[in-house]
Amino acid sequence: MRPAAFDYRAPATLGEALALLAAHPGAKLLAGGQSLVPVLNLRLAAPPLLVDLRRIPELARSVLEHDGALTLGAMTRHRVFERDARVRAAQPLAAAAVPHIAHVAIRNRGTIGGSLCHADPAAEWPAVTLACDAAMTIAGSAGTRTVDAADFFTGLFETAVGTGEILTAVRFPAWPARRRHGFAEVARRHGDFALVGVAAAVDLDERGAVALARIAVFGAADAPVLAQEAAQALVGRRGEGAAREAGRLARARIAPRSDHHASAEYRSELVEVLVRRALGQALGVAPAKAA
Amino acid sequence: MKRIVEVTINGERHELALEPYRSLLDVLRNDVGLTGTKKGCDVGDCGACTVLLDGKPVNSCLVLGVEVGGSEILTIEGLQRGPERLHPLQDAFMRHGAAQCGFCTPGFLMMASALLDENPAPTEEEIRFGIAGNICRCTGYTKIVAAIQAAARDKAEGKA
Repeated sequence: MRPAAFDYRAPATLGEALALLAAHPGAKLLAGGQSLVPVLNLRLAAPPLLVDLRRIPELARSVLEHDGALTLGAMTRHRVFERDARVRAAQPLAAAAVPHIAHVAIRNRGTIGGSLCHADPAAEWPAVTLACDAAMTIAGSAGTRTVDAADFFTGLFETAVGTGEILTAVRFPAWPARRRHGFAEVARRHGDFALVGVAAAVDLDERGAVALARIAVFGAADAPVLAQEAAQALVGRRGEGAAREAGRLARARIAPRSDHHASAEYRSELVEVLVRRALGQALGVAPAKAA
Repeated sequence: MKRIVEVTINGERHELALEPYRSLLDVLRNDVGLTGTKKGCDVGDCGACTVLLDGKPVNSCLVLGVEVGGSEILTIEGLQRGPERLHPLQDAFMRHGAAQCGFCTPGFLMMASALLDENPAPTEEEIRFGIAGNICRCTGYTKIVAAIQAAARDKAEGKA
């Protein structure tokens, strides 16, 4: 198995990379290659040119601000995040999700930006950015713009990154002291793409009741979705009953499709159970290992 | 158009002229003649092609040859410590019968060596998590896990 022939450039600056995209319609960006290279090997795509982003220093740079806000360069490799105790502590939901991404060898190469731009509906990072209300920085010939995660994932393998643009970074807001999280997914084997997964961030008030919740469900639609009604229903509540009701509400609102991995009915069941489990972790009513 | 790539493989410098679309796996096997790295699925599912790129395990089928300029690569051919000295993992795999057909073995050994470099005393769960991206279709993983545990013990006791 071998990909169709393509040319290759590895520019040293973002400006050069943007110029290459402008000059070569159909060129594809190469980040970690862990989704793109299989696609090329299977000849599902045959771009004339790959523009490798690995030599652009600013894309691999991450900044942890004093207040805990974390900006990750788009070329940050999953495993770099996974092995960095400081960034893990700053963003506990992402820290819980990353070990579920494929396997060690894939995580050594695959990048956060690549995962976000590939936008596989069953991928972990898109759901985490949604639950954390992260914002993406996108560079183009006219300058840079910022897009909230809620507006970034526009469809199946589709994002707000336009032709000729490059995702440069993702910024996670500081993690509030009273925020709790839960992460749960079901895959056939650990490291396989999730059949369904849930990433939840829950902010508690000073009495320990829910003030605000963001529940991102992935693998159940063309793109990760926020279970808004379920999140609304949690406000002011605590305990297992609240988690159960949120699970039911999420199930009622999300209509998964069947494919050769799982039936729509099974995925619906998973939406309910995994929302309940993730919220159970966040609300401290279920052991974290239950996922 | 071919690109010139300078890379160190098993301690030896190579200057290779590569078409951009060729995988590191393909280059290792066909240009450098290192056929110990096995070609299984070509899409990153099986782990048979695992090599160490700057000390980190990667699937060489998902890395382009042109991406590795300036890097150091270790393949199964470079793992043993001398002509007559096996790596402790190779020795443990033999003692435990951890290879059946052997096709997956180079990938397992490279992945396990990186695991032990990072974590010299892994638990069974950590070993299973670490090798989750390597598939053996002959038999199972029990002897492979036992061999990795034994190699870790040998290293800790200074036997290897």
